[in-house]
Amino acid sequence: MKLPFRGRQPSRLMPRREPERPSRGVFTRRALIVLAAQVGVLGVLGRRLYDLQVVQGDHLKELAVRNRTSRRLLAPARGVINDRFGVELASNKVSWRAMLMPEETTDIKATVARFAEIVPLDERDHARIERDLRHVRKYVPVGLKDFLSWDDMARIELNAPSMPGVLIDVGSTRLYPFGPELAHIVGYVAPPNERDIASSTMMALPGMRAGRAGIEQTQDALLRGEPGSVEMEVNSLGRVIGEINRVDGRQGDGLTLTIDAGLQQQVIGRISDQSASAVVMDCRNGEVLAMVSTPSFDPSLFDSGVSHAQWIEWTDNVRTPLINKAVAGIYPPGSTFKPAVGLAALKSGAISPEDRFTCPGYFDLGGARFHCWSRWGHGSINLRQALMYSCDVYFYQAARKAGMDPIKAMANDFGLGVKPGIELTHVRSGMIPTPEWRQQHGHHWNGGDTVNAGIGQGFVQVTPLELATYASRIASGRDVQPHLIRRVNDTLSDRTALDHAALLDVDPAHLNIIRGGMFDVINAPRGTAPKAKLDIPGVQMAGKTGSAQVRRVSRALRESGHFNSMSLPWEERPHALFICFAPFDAPRYAVSVVIEHGNAGADAAAPLARDIMTDTLTRDPVNRDHEPGQTVAEAGWGADVPRP
Amino acid sequence: MNLQKRLWRAEPSFRLLAKLIRINWLYVLLICALAGVGYGALYSAGGGSSHPFAGPQAMRFGFGLIMMTVVALLSPRVLKILSVPIYLAAIALLTLVLRMGHVGKGAERWINLGGIQFQPSEFAKIALVLALSTWFCRLDPKKMGNPLRLVPPALMVLLPVGLVLKEPNLGTSVIIGVIGATMFFAAGMRLWQIALLAVPLPFLGKFVYAHLHDYQKARIETFMHPEQDPLGAGYNIIQSKIALGSGGMWGEGYLHGSQGQLNFLPEKQTDFIFTMIGEEWGYAGAIAVIGLLGLMIVGGMMIAMLCRNQFCRLLAFGITIDLFMYCAVNLSMVMGVIPVGGVPLPLISYGGSAMLTMMFGFGLLLSAWVHRNERDRPREDDAG
Repeated sequence: MKLPFRGRQPSRLMPRREPERPSRGVFTRRALIVLAAQVGVLGVLGRRLYDLQVVQGDHLKELAVRNRTSRRLLAPARGVINDRFGVELASNKVSWRAMLMPEETTDIKATVARFAEIVPLDERDHARIERDLRHVRKYVPVGLKDFLSWDDMARIELNAPSMPGVLIDVGSTRLYPFGPELAHIVGYVAPPNERDIASSTMMALPGMRAGRAGIEQTQDALLRGEPGSVEMEVNSLGRVIGEINRVDGRQGDGLTLTIDAGLQQQVIGRISDQSASAVVMDCRNGEVLAMVSTPSFDPSLFDSGVSHAQWIEWTDNVRTPLINKAVAGIYPPGSTFKPAVGLAALKSGAISPEDRFTCPGYFDLGGARFHCWSRWGHGSINLRQALMYSCDVYFYQAARKAGMDPIKAMANDFGLGVKPGIELTHVRSGMIPTPEWRQQHGHHWNGGDTVNAGIGQGFVQVTPLELATYASRIASGRDVQPHLIRRVNDTLSDRTALDHAALLDVDPAHLNIIRGGMFDVINAPRGTAPKAKLDIPGVQMAGKTGSAQVRRVSRALRESGHFNSMSLPWEERPHALFICFAPFDAPRYAVSVVIEHGNAGADAAAPLARDIMTDTLTRDPVNRDHEPGQTVAEAGWGADVPRP
Repeated sequence: MNLQKRLWRAEPSFRLLAKLIRINWLYVLLICALAGVGYGALYSAGGGSSHPFAGPQAMRFGFGLIMMTVVALLSPRVLKILSVPIYLAAIALLTLVLRMGHVGKGAERWINLGGIQFQPSEFAKIALVLALSTWFCRLDPKKMGNPLRLVPPALMVLLPVGLVLKEPNLGTSVIIGVIGATMFFAAGMRLWQIALLAVPLPFLGKFVYAHLHDYQKARIETFMHPEQDPLGAGYNIIQSKIALGSGGMWGEGYLHGSQGQLNFLPEKQTDFIFTMIGEEWGYAGAIAVIGLLGLMIVGGMMIAMLCRNQFCRLLAFGITIDLFMYCAVNLSMVMGVIPVGGVPLPLISYGGSAMLTMMFGFGLLLSAWVHRNERDRPREDDAG
C-alpha cells in the first residue's frame, strides 16, 4: 500500500532533495557578505570624498581659482624724453600691424598668399609666419607684418573681403623726431632679447622695448614704467570668457634733458660734414646743452631691425657714425692741455706767475731736441704770454720743473683723464700718464715723456666731454659735473642750481692768470686764435687752441722747411682742438671742439667754436633782456668769478 | 487569491495587469530619482540648457522606462529561453565590434546599429548575468563541488572578458570578470575552490599587466604620479580633484561650478559628471547622490534575498552587482582612487547604450521581484 505512494509522498530524503532550501541559505549568507562589502566600499568612497571636498577643500579651491583666471600684464607706455624747452626727443607713436586669426579663415595658406600680393612679404616673414602658425592655437592671432604704412593699410582694408581672418592691430613704436641729430644722446630701443626677458618678466610682454644706448639705456628703469594687468576668466582651452579686473599700468617717467635741441641742430649745421665732436656746457652747473658727434646714424632703424648692408656701412666707416666721439673719442689734447700744466706748476710752486723762460724755438733735453711750433722762438716770456703764444718750450720747462704727479693731480681735478659720470653708455675716459703707470706696463719713464706731456702730446689722452668739463671748471672754478638729466617728471634735478658744485682747490689768483692767458689767445693782437673773437658787443671769449699730432714729425721733414700738414693724407693730419668759455667776465658757457684730422686748432676748430658759442649766447632767452651797453656781468646772468 | 485566479481564467490580460501592479514601484521611484539627478547634472553640463545633453538623455530614459516595464513582465521561463540567444548575440556583437567597430578615445568600442551608437560591452554584462543565472539555477548546489560543472559557466565569463580586453577596454573587462566571479560565489561555489583559484591570481595580474597596451600602462603610471604630467595624461585626475575640492561642503551653487562651466573638467557630461555634481552641490549633494546609489544597491540585494527561486535571486544579484560595479569604479576613478577608465555613472552620465542597457537590467531586476514567489522546478537530473 505504501509503495505506490513512495515516490509521491514526502519521504525522509526529501529535505535533502529539496533544491531550494540549502541554496537559499547559502545565497542569503553570501549575498549579505557581498552587500556588506558593497556598503563598505561606498562608505570608503564617501569618506574619501569628504577628504577631498571638505578637508582639502580650501587648498583645492585655491587651485581652482588659479585654473579659472588668467592674469595678463599690459605693457606700459614708455616714458617720453624732452629737451630743456619741452621739445619731444623720443616719444611713442601708434603703429599698425597686420594679424591673421587662423580660426577665421578656411584656407590659411591662400589667405597668406593673398596678403603677400598686397603687402610684400620677404622670406624671413614667411618663415616666421609658418612657424607661428604651427605653434599657436587657432584663436591666437599671428602677426603678418609690422610697421604698416598708410598705403599698406588702405590696400589691406580695401581687400579685406578677400582675406578673411586678416585684421589690423594697434601697436606702439618709438619715435625719434630728431633722428640722427640726437641719436648719440637719446640712444635707441630694440625689442628685448633673452637676457632682458630673464631679468624682468615684464619685458616679455608684446610691445615692450629695451633701451639699447644713450639715455634710453641708462634711464631704462625710469622709462619703462610699471605694467598694468588685466585679470580674465578663461576656460580650459585658454579662451577668454570675460574680464574680471583691470589695473592700469603707469607710464614710464618723462625725462627732461639739459639738451637744447635747437642748439644741437645749429651746432650740427656749423660742423657740416666734418668728422668732429663738440660739447656745449653750462659752466655754472654742468648741464650739457649740446653734444654733437658727426656723422651720426638713424636710431629708429634699430626698432624695426637694421639691415646687414646698413650695419656694414656703419661699422666700416672710418668716421665711425655709431661711436659718440664726444664721450668715446680719445685724442691727445695737444696745446689745450697747457692751462692744466700751468696751474700744476703754479700750485706746486715750481714756477711763479712772473717767472720767465726763454724760448729759442727748441728745448734740448739729454741728447734730444724738442721743438717749439715756432721755428724762431718766442723769446723771454711769462706764463700768461706763454699761453697766449701757446709756446711749447715754456711748457716743456714748466712740466719738467713741476713733475708728472702734480700735473696728473691738477688735470684730474679739472676733469681730464677721469671718466665723467654722465648718463650715457660707452663712456670712456682719457688718461694722464705718470712714471708709475709707465713702469707698471714695463717701460722706463724718460724725461722726454714729461716734456711731451707738458704740451699734451705723448701718452696724454682726453675726450671732448672731458675737455668741455675742463673748460667749464677753468671758467667757473667749480667742480661741475657734466650731466644730461634736468627733470624727472616734475622733479627738477638738484644739479640745476647754479653754484651747487663745490669750489675747486685752486688759488683764484692762479686761475685768473690762466683765464687771462686764454683771454689773450683770442683777444690779444698776437694771440694764436684771433679768428675766435666773438662778434657780440660787450661779450668776450677766452679759449685755447690745440693741434694734436697723430704721427711723429721727423726732424728731417721739419728742417726741410716744406712741412705742411695739409699735404698729408686725411688720416695722418693732426686733430684740431679748441676749448673756450664766454662771456669772459661772467662765464656762462664752455665749449669744446675736436675736429678729427682738422689740422690746426687755430684755423679749423677755433672759428667753429666761435660760431657755436655765438649760437649758444644768442639763443639764450635771458640774453633778450640784455640792455644795450650793459655788460654781461652787469646783466647778472653769468657766473660770479673773482675779477682779474 | 481565489478572485485573482478566477479573474485570470476569465480574462488572461488581468494576469498581466496583476504583474504590473506587483512591480516594485518604490524601486522605480528610486530609478526615476537617480535619472532626475542625471537630468539636472546634464542640464548644468550643457551650460544651463537642456541642449545638447539633458533633453536627448531624458528621451532615452523615457524609452528605457517603457522597455524596463515590458522586461519586468517577462516571466523567468521566457527569460531563461531568451538568455541563450541574448548571450550569443552579445558575443557576436563583441566579435563584430572587434572587426568593424569605431574606436573612440582609444578605449571604448562602438558599433553603429541603424544610426544608434551602441557599445556591445555594456550589453554583454547584462547578457552574462542572464546566462549565468540560467545556468546556475539549473545546477544542483551539491553539484557545485564538481569542478567540471563549473567549466561551462567559467567559459561563459572568460569569453566576453577576453573579447572586451582585446577591444581594448581594461575597465569593462575587469567589471565583467568581477560580476562573473561574485555570481559564482553567490551561486554557492565551494570555498576551497575559491581558495584554489585565488592562488594563481597575482600571476595572472602580472601576465595581464605585461600584455597591457602602452596607453593603459600610462594610465596606471599617471594615476600613481599625476603631478608628473599635469597637462597630459594626469590632467583628468588633477582637474577632477580640483573641481571636487572647490565644491567644499555646500558647493558653488547649481550652474555656478567654475571648473565644469569653464570646461576645465574633461568629459564632464559623461564619465566625470560626478565631479560636476560635487563641485556645484558640494559634499552634501555628492554624498546624497552616493546615498541614493547605495539605497538602490541595498534595495537590489534585498530583492535578490527575498526571491524564492534561484534564477530570480541570481538575476537580481547579478544586476545589482553590475550597478554597484558601475558606481564603485566610476566614483573611484573620479576621486583618483583607481586609474581612469571609460566607465559611466549609471543613469547620470550622458550616453545612450549605457542608459538603455542599465534600464534593461533594471527591467530584469524588477522581473525577478515580480516573479519572486515562483518556485524552481525539479530538474531532470534530480528526478532519479
